[in-house]
Amino acid sequence: MEPLVPGQVRVDRLRRRMITVQIIGAGVIVALAMAPYVFEPAVTSQWIKLFYLITLATAWNLLAGFAGMVSVGQQAYIGLGAYGVFVFNDLGLDPYSSALVASVAIGVIAFALSFVAFRLRGGYFAIGTWVIAEAVRQIVIRFDSLGAGRGRGIEDYTADPVMRNLFTYWLALGILTATLIGSLFLLRSCMGVALQSIRDNELAARALGVDVSRAKRIVFVLAAVMAALAGSVICLQQIGVQSPSQIFSVSFSAFMIFMVLIGGIGTLEGPILGAIIYYVMDLWFSQMGLWYLVVLGVLAIAVTLFLPQGIWGALRARFDITLFPVGHRVVAVPHPAAPAPAAPAVRAPDPQNDTTAASATTEG
Amino acid sequence: MVIVNALVQGVLLGGLFAMAALGLSIAFGILRVVNLAHGEIMTVGAYLAAVALSTLGVSVWLSLLVVVPLLGVVGYWVQRLLLQRALSLGELAPLLVTFGIAIIIPNALIELFTTNKQAIPTGDLAVRSVQVAEGVRIGVLPLLTMLVAVLLIAGTQQFLARTRAGRYMRAAADDSETLRLMGVDHRRVYAYAMGLAFAIAALAGVFFGMRQGGVTPFDGQLLVLFAFEAVIIGGLGSLWGTLAGGIVLGVAQTLAGVVSPELPLLVGNLVFLAVLVLRPTGIVRSKVVV
Repeated sequence: MEPLVPGQVRVDRLRRRMITVQIIGAGVIVALAMAPYVFEPAVTSQWIKLFYLITLATAWNLLAGFAGMVSVGQQAYIGLGAYGVFVFNDLGLDPYSSALVASVAIGVIAFALSFVAFRLRGGYFAIGTWVIAEAVRQIVIRFDSLGAGRGRGIEDYTADPVMRNLFTYWLALGILTATLIGSLFLLRSCMGVALQSIRDNELAARALGVDVSRAKRIVFVLAAVMAALAGSVICLQQIGVQSPSQIFSVSFSAFMIFMVLIGGIGTLEGPILGAIIYYVMDLWFSQMGLWYLVVLGVLAIAVTLFLPQGIWGALRARFDITLFPVGHRVVAVPHPAAPAPAAPAVRAPDPQNDTTAASATTEG
Repeated sequence: MVIVNALVQGVLLGGLFAMAALGLSIAFGILRVVNLAHGEIMTVGAYLAAVALSTLGVSVWLSLLVVVPLLGVVGYWVQRLLLQRALSLGELAPLLVTFGIAIIIPNALIELFTTNKQAIPTGDLAVRSVQVAEGVRIGVLPLLTMLVAVLLIAGTQQFLARTRAGRYMRAAADDSETLRLMGVDHRRVYAYAMGLAFAIAALAGVFFGMRQGGVTPFDGQLLVLFAFEAVIIGGLGSLWGTLAGGIVLGVAQTLAGVVSPELPLLVGNLVFLAVLVLRPTGIVRSKVVV
């Protein structure tokens, strides 16, 4: 391979692919938004669950897959999102605006909590987030106005069930769209390069001047906001919270981890695939009772040990496919007046040239 | 006197928390594995004791002779078959595997034994107590628990410091590659360490079950958080620190219980978070890292 000289390479951000993705993505979103006019409410209300599952999986993947933070405490923000609907609904907002306002407030709470959680690293970070989630639940159930330990229904709500279902559907779809577009642009941005470098090697990223803790904090807050929005959708769909121990259940973390691992951690496509797989499994097997969770646990362990890149990762390794272009390719540009292979004497040893940059890519 | 009594009970409760924390501390200190299923291993220990009691009629003390070594063997093989492979896959994999186990066990227990409490009766041991002052009584079982916890911590410390196997474990924690060059299979050393952690967890689980008069499938979730809080409050890497951390957590819970029966768990968690913010290295400064 001919040595590369600066000026002879360009960084390919896969712009053409991005445009294709934008066009197809817009088409899919419009089609999904129109779906309630075609399908029965019974069908579309099922999809709401799929939408919030993808949102949750994407959020957890940003945390663990890109920023290296395994959290088993995201249920804190799911629960807060659900209860936030009550809080702002009581203040006079309609339930849908309450969901959005609450998510912003929960982002602020998550920002504050990040200073506690970030005292711990690795596995202890994981249990620390779990403790925080427990503490949040124990505080929430001390408020009688929020139904204490019994759960609560939404009081001021659209009476017509069809309209209610429709609005919740659109909200869930909107949240999903915002999550996916936000993640795609985040990962294509400068911050995305930083995150992917943290994912691959945190120490090296730090050495290259990446502000690791700032990047992690941003992801922590974003993931909390996404979880909160998903939580508020759950609350809106169930017209309330049935029990606080359910909405703050650590099982949510188990589901998120399962979806992300099965689909493929550290990719944008994987969690979507994983969420669809989980959704289908849930439809078929949920009558198995709790054995179902046992099976999920076994599968999660098996995938971690024997297929660590997940289904999407395995497919990509085999067929070189990417749906969302978040990577970079360094491509050699044939120089118009490329000199004949330079004599060794002329070629000064330049570390920048000694790379095999033509094949260097980062994949998200 | 109510306060003094709460303090005394809290200190003794700390013995149980320290025993629960010891296994977590060993697994992290030697293998750098944070065992998210630690509380579930404790529950399994208590369940085995309860089953031995209800089917064979064996007393709790006798069942310990089987339950503790049995879970030690389970720990050995979990490490060899699952965690060793996970360790080679990076930092996330061991966490995800232990979390998987933490999801499997309670749900399997519910399906097998229902959500009802499985009784672990201890005769009158759980209620027997000694009056030390007006309004302050020391329960025999909590005192015994504290005694066992102190002996276990001292024993583990001596084991790691003085025996050949203990030296291997410390060496494996520091530099497993070099240990391998010296002709010692570090994977077996890791597996023995995990076996030790599981065995101690089982013992702690049975003591917890005796204190509560039984065990439910939901206890593991609480126990792993208590154990973890004791480790962090005490200071990572210090075995005696886990005792101090356990006592702080126990006292916080019993004092809060004086105010309101609903408060202990919340106050315990808040004390933990406060220590994390104000003194993230824990209250005991450790010199020796296990």
